Amino acid sequence: MTQEKEIVLQHPKDPSALLDVIRDVQTRLGHVPEEAVSRIAAHLKLSEAEVRGAVTFYHFFSLTPRGASTVYLNDSITSRMNGRTAVARAFEEEADCRFGEVSPDGRVGLSSTSCIGMNDQEPSAIVDGVVFTKLSPDKARAIVRGLRDGTPASGLVAEFGDGANQSSLVRAMVSNNIRKRGPVLFGPHEPGAAVRKAVSMTPEQVIDEVKKAGLLGRGGAGFPTGLKWEFCRREKAPERYVVCNADEGEPGTFKDRVVLTELPGLLFEGMAVAGYAVGARTGVLYLRSEYAYLRAHLEAVLAGLRKEGILGKRIAGSPKFSFDIVIKSGAGAYICGEESALLESAEGKRGEPRDRPPFPVQAGYLDRPTTVNNVETLATAARIVVEGAAWFKAMGTPKSAGTKLLSVSGDCARPGVYEVEYGLSIAELLDMAGAPEAKAVQVGGPSGTCVSKAGYQRKICFSDLPTGGSVIVFGPDRDIFEVVENFMEFFVEESCGWCTPCRAGNVLLKKKFEKVAHGKGTEGDLRDLEAWGKLVKATSRCGLGQTSPNPILTTMQNFPELYEARIQKGRDFVPEFDLAAAIQDGCAAANRRPACKEADHE
Amino acid sequence: MSKPVIATASLAGCFGCHMSLLDIDERILGLIDLVEFNKSPIDDIKTFTKPVDVGLIEGGCCNSENVEVLRSFRKNCKVLVSVGECAIMGGLPAMRNGIPIRECLEEAYLNSPTVDPEDRLIPNDEDLPIILDKVYPCHEVVKIDHFLPGCPPSADLIWEAVTALVEGRPLQLTYDLIKFD
Ligand SMILES: Cc1cc2nc3c(=O)[nH]c(=O)nc-3n(C[C@H](O)[C@H](O)[C@H](O)COP(=O)(O)O)c2cc1C
Ligand code: SF4
Ligand code: SF4
Ligand code: FES
Repeated sequence: MTQEKEIVLQHPKDPSALLDVIRDVQTRLGHVPEEAVSRIAAHLKLSEAEVRGAVTFYHFFSLTPRGASTVYLNDSITSRMNGRTAVARAFEEEADCRFGEVSPDGRVGLSSTSCIGMNDQEPSAIVDGVVFTKLSPDKARAIVRGLRDGTPASGLVAEFGDGANQSSLVRAMVSNNIRKRGPVLFGPHEPGAAVRKAVSMTPEQVIDEVKKAGLLGRGGAGFPTGLKWEFCRREKAPERYVVCNADEGEPGTFKDRVVLTELPGLLFEGMAVAGYAVGARTGVLYLRSEYAYLRAHLEAVLAGLRKEGILGKRIAGSPKFSFDIVIKSGAGAYICGEESALLESAEGKRGEPRDRPPFPVQAGYLDRPTTVNNVETLATAARIVVEGAAWFKAMGTPKSAGTKLLSVSGDCARPGVYEVEYGLSIAELLDMAGAPEAKAVQVGGPSGTCVSKAGYQRKICFSDLPTGGSVIVFGPDRDIFEVVENFMEFFVEESCGWCTPCRAGNVLLKKKFEKVAHGKGTEGDLRDLEAWGKLVKATSRCGLGQTSPNPILTTMQNFPELYEARIQKGRDFVPEFDLAAAIQDGCAAANRRPACKEADHE
Repeated sequence: MSKPVIATASLAGCFGCHMSLLDIDERILGLIDLVEFNKSPIDDIKTFTKPVDVGLIEGGCCNSENVEVLRSFRKNCKVLVSVGECAIMGGLPAMRNGIPIRECLEEAYLNSPTVDPEDRLIPNDEDLPIILDKVYPCHEVVKIDHFLPGCPPSADLIWEAVTALVEGRPLQLTYDLIKFD
C-alpha cells in the first residue's frame, strides 16, 4: 500500500474531515502529491478540484514539496522593522535556496507567511509547527544547520518563555509580555465560578446581564454580545453551537494568544456560559494553525475541566445542562477570521465567506444557529456573569464599557499586552508603552486607521478608534509608504478571490500606490486612489474588501503632506512605463541589440 | 467648417473592436457625413497628415512598435480613447504576463511540436519590433482620456461615445450599454 493510501484510509469517510486529512498528508509527506489528491477525493467522495481547491487555499498546505522541514518566516511590517531582511538572507544562504524554494538536499524549504501573532517578538518564524521568536541571522543559520543534521525543530528551542509557555505541554520560546493587568481579564477568578453562577440563573437572565453590561464584541466588528446570544437562542432548531474565534489573524494582534496561554480556563468557562445562554451543547474552538503549539496545553485544560465537572454532562451541579468543547484547526488564512469563512473552514472547506443573510445566528456551523465570538469576548462574558453588569459598566466609557486587551508592538520600549479601560487616549498608551517619539500609530491593524501626531488625543473606543487589539507604533525614521505597501501586499495575498473588486481592485490599488510611492504619481493618481478605494470598500462582499483600502485612504487623510511631497505637481500624466526596461528581456531572448530609440512624441 | 477628424489604431488586439465600429450598420453613412478619418486601417492612411480630434485605440502594447504608435497617437490626438478590454486591461494577449517572455518565445519558436527542427530560431531580424516583457494597458504608457469597456464594446456603445466626443457632448454610457450578461 502506498504511503498516501495508508494515511488517507486512517480517516473517516466524512467530507468534513477534508482539512484534517490534508493536514495529515502535508505533515507526513511535506506536501500533498497528486496521488494523495485523487485518494482523498475518492475516499471522501469529493471531486479532485474540491480537494485541490482546499489545498491551494491555505498557506500551510502545498501541492509541491516544501522540504522535509519547512520554515515559515513572518512577513509582517513589524518583522521587517526588526531585521527580517538580514534573517531571510541568512536562511537563504544557509539553506542554499531562495524563499519559495527547497534546499538542494530537500531537507529545508523556505516560505513566507502573513503575521503569526508574535509581533511583540519579531522576527519570528514557525518551523514544523514550532515557534521561533526574536530571530537573528545567527539563530537562523543554527536552525537550518540543526534541521539538516536531523534534529527535530522542537530540539532547537534553547530557552522557554514565561508562564505556561514553560509548561511541559507547551515548551515554547514565546513570551507573554503581559505589561498591564487589568481587573476584568486578569482580575482574580475562582475556576468554575462563572459556570456555577450561570446555571444558577435562567438563560434569559444570563443574556440580560451581558446585555446590561454593554459588552460589545472584541473581535473587531463590535456587535453587542448579549443581543447576538438572544438572536441565536430565539431560532428554533434541534441544535445550536457556540464557536470561539481564535483565528487572530489581523497583523499586530496577539492578545488572544496570551489569553489562550494563560487564561484558557476562563475562556472555556465563557464558552460554556454562552452555551448555556443560547441553548447549545457543543462549543467549537477554531484555533489558528499558527497557535497549534498550544493545542496539547488546551486539550489538557479541557480534560481538567471535564474532571472537575465544569465541562461535560450535567455540569456545575445543573440537572440539565451538558456542554463540551472540541478544537478545530485552521491552516493559515487571514480570511478564516471572518466569521462565516471560519464556519466554512471549520466544516472542512475552503474558507470563503458566505452570503448573508442568513447570518450565523440563523444558520451557522453545520447550518445550525451559531454564535461566533472572539476569545476575549467570551472570557470577558465569563467575568461579567460572576461580577455583575454594574461592576463592568462602571469601567470604560458610557458607550464602550469595560476594558480592552491591546497588543502593542513596533517602535516602543515595552511591546506586549495591556489591559486598559476604554477611553484611553493614544498619547496615554504611547506613554505606557514607552514611545515618546512615535510618528504614526496603526490602530486596528492594516484594516484599521493610521493615526498621525495630530490624532494622539483620540481615544480607543468604539465611537472613535475601534480596534480588535492591534496597535503598531512607528518611530520617527519609519517610511510610512513602506508600511502601506506591506499592508496592501497582505490584503492582496489574503483576499479569498471571490469578488472582483477585492481580488482585482486591491492589486490595482497596490500598483497605483506603488507608482505614487516611486515618485511617478500625479494629482490624478491620488484622485484615482481615493475613488478606487471607495469603490472597493463599497462593492466588496465581506469585511476584508470593505476595509482593505484603509491603509491608503487613512494615510492619505492623516498624512496628506507625505503624498504631496511624493507626487509630481502640475503634471498631467507621468508614466511608470519604461520602454528601455520593457524590451530588455525580449532582446536577450532573441539575441538582439536593444536598438529601440525612444521616440520623442511627448 | 471642416469636419472633426478621427484616427484609429489596432495595437495588440484582434481587430474585433474595429469590426464592432463597422457594425454600426447604416449609421456608417451618417458617420462619414459627420467626421473625416485620418490615420486608420479603415482608410489605410498610414501617417498623420493633420491634427486629430479623437483617437480610438484598440489593443494594449505588446511590442515596441505598439508603444511608438500609441505615443504618436497621443501626440497627434486631442482626445484619446481606449476601446475594449485589450486596450484597457491588456485583454487576452495579457494572459502571457505571468510567464517570462523567454519561456514564451522558446515555447513558440523552439519547442513547439510544429516547429521545423531545421528552423529553430527566435525571430531576430532587426526590422521586427521588439517584444515587451509583458503586455501593457494603454493608460500605463500614455494618458488616456476615456475608456470604452467590452470585448468588443458594442456598436451602440462606440456610436454613442464617438458621436458624443465629436459633438462635444458629455459621455453618457447608460447601464444597458455597459451591461454585458
Ligand atoms: C477579514 C476578517 C478577519 C477577521 N478576523 C477575526 C479574528 O481573527 N478574530 C476575531 O475574533 N474576529 C475576526 N473578525 C471578526 C469576525 O467576523 C466576527 O465579527 C467576530 O469573530 C465576532 O466575535 P465578537 O462579536 O466576539 O467580536 C474578522 C473579520 C473579518 C472581516
Ligand atoms: S471581499 Fe475579498 S475576502 Fe471578502 S469575499 Fe470578497 S474576495 Fe473574498
Ligand atoms: S477587446 Fe476583444 S474585440 Fe477588442 S481587440 Fe481585444 S479581444 Fe478583440
Ligand atoms: S466574469 Fe470573470 S470577473 Fe466577471
